[in-house]
Amino acid sequence: MQNTEAYITGIGQSEIGMKLTRHPLLLTLDAVREALDEAGLTIDQIDGVSTYPGRAAGYLGFSPVGADELVDALGIKATWYAGGGEISSQLGAVGAAVNAVKNGQARHVICFRTVYEAAAMARPDEYPMQRSERVDGFTQWVAPYYAISAATWVAQYAMRHVKKYGLTREQLAQIALTDRANALLNPRALVREPLTMDEYMSARMISEPLCLFDCDRYSDASTVLIVSAGDAIDEVKCTPIRVAAVAGSVDRHSWDQAEWMASYATGRDLWKYTDYTPADVDTVQFYDGFSFLAVTWLEALGFCAVGEGGKFIEGGKRIARDGELPLNTFGGQIGAGRLHGFGFAHESVVQLRGNGGERQIPGDPKVAVATSGGGPLATALLLVRD
Amino acid sequence: MASRPLPRLDTDNRAFWTGGAEGELRLHKCADCGEFTHPPRPVCRHCLSENVTPTAVAGTAVIDTYTICHQKWHPAMEVPCILARVAVDGAPGVYLTTNIIGCGVDEVEFGDKVRVTFEQQDDVYIPLFEKV
Repeated sequence: MQNTEAYITGIGQSEIGMKLTRHPLLLTLDAVREALDEAGLTIDQIDGVSTYPGRAAGYLGFSPVGADELVDALGIKATWYAGGGEISSQLGAVGAAVNAVKNGQARHVICFRTVYEAAAMARPDEYPMQRSERVDGFTQWVAPYYAISAATWVAQYAMRHVKKYGLTREQLAQIALTDRANALLNPRALVREPLTMDEYMSARMISEPLCLFDCDRYSDASTVLIVSAGDAIDEVKCTPIRVAAVAGSVDRHSWDQAEWMASYATGRDLWKYTDYTPADVDTVQFYDGFSFLAVTWLEALGFCAVGEGGKFIEGGKRIARDGELPLNTFGGQIGAGRLHGFGFAHESVVQLRGNGGERQIPGDPKVAVATSGGGPLATALLLVRD
Repeated sequence: MASRPLPRLDTDNRAFWTGGAEGELRLHKCADCGEFTHPPRPVCRHCLSENVTPTAVAGTAVIDTYTICHQKWHPAMEVPCILARVAVDGAPGVYLTTNIIGCGVDEVEFGDKVRVTFEQQDDVYIPLFEKV
């Protein structure tokens, strides 16, 4: 019988560091090699490439390697490729690859996200940030008010949860505490020191209610996920993880005109494409570039009611590795480093294959949800081991 | 002295960023359906009419949410300061990101009524808000 599904097969990751000197294309190659090895594929079998947000010429540290360059550098004969930022967020690049293999346009697609922000800040001559005298586009509506970092945009949504739903700092702390506890068991994680509630509560504020520990850290790394077509799955030696549903919806593409972040529309819609329900999910890997975003994903996907995210994570037991809904078992971006979205899908696959080592969750997990984004950008993937 | 980052003025945004010269907060309003479109564009996002024109609104608003910024993101920024999203009176569905000035950072609350005031820098009049 024809298999028309799409699967994540090989996964790979470079070292995760700060101010690395290894060339960003070579970090990408490290992740590609690991993914090919796991899948038992060779580069000649790759016929597609997908990335987010493509090469960022004005801000190379954000995205130093594009789909174009990877195709050319690795000698890939591509029948389909894509790379761009105007998509439903980082993991939207995986969703695009899923559609491509289902349409028969490719059999094995390398999806990658390479970040080099810490290195770029250390070597601005080599990786300059282009600055123009005036701002335009969306930036013009926020930068004149010094709302330059996404921390300030997310903080305003978080403050609404504080005022309307009673979200406390002690509750919010559980995202960072869980992340940092899990990162201790991830040999690749960027931050491998424990974090205590006292340290969290006494941290300096960045943008209220977000403190320093609610923010991820710039890192240099590459993450690769190979998306394979169902009818090519016999070529793969690792356990395939089926992409059972993809969602990436948005009601208003704006950080300040929308009452709800796009995660809420996306989470609602994910369940429309599947018979699975939140009760079937064994682990969640939720985008936490800022801790509060993970809280919104819990609510958006229906693991708790809107406004109840703070209560849901209170005390941290429920989202711990041995809790009922283990969250960000690799440390999230707050613990493992700012892999920018792809780390959540990578870890979902690790856990569903039982390859988590010291951090492996118990109970033979079969269903995971991975998400990326916040604000107007959001993607959710439902991943299943059949 | 360092200044705020300033917008590049163009056909779409000029009325918004220069209305302060006449003391007016101007938003794009549709002459056909009466709804507002922000950010300003040459088409109404509610009915697709091209009959949209910059229209002065009262200049009052209500604080929808805010954050107190402690991190200095820009050389001209004085911290702590209040960054807010305000709902503009008379323009349903339109919010503006802005700074609340003229009060302490512990003196703002959701629902506070605020009024626009303009800070001129070069050819730009930046709408800021202060408590009524």
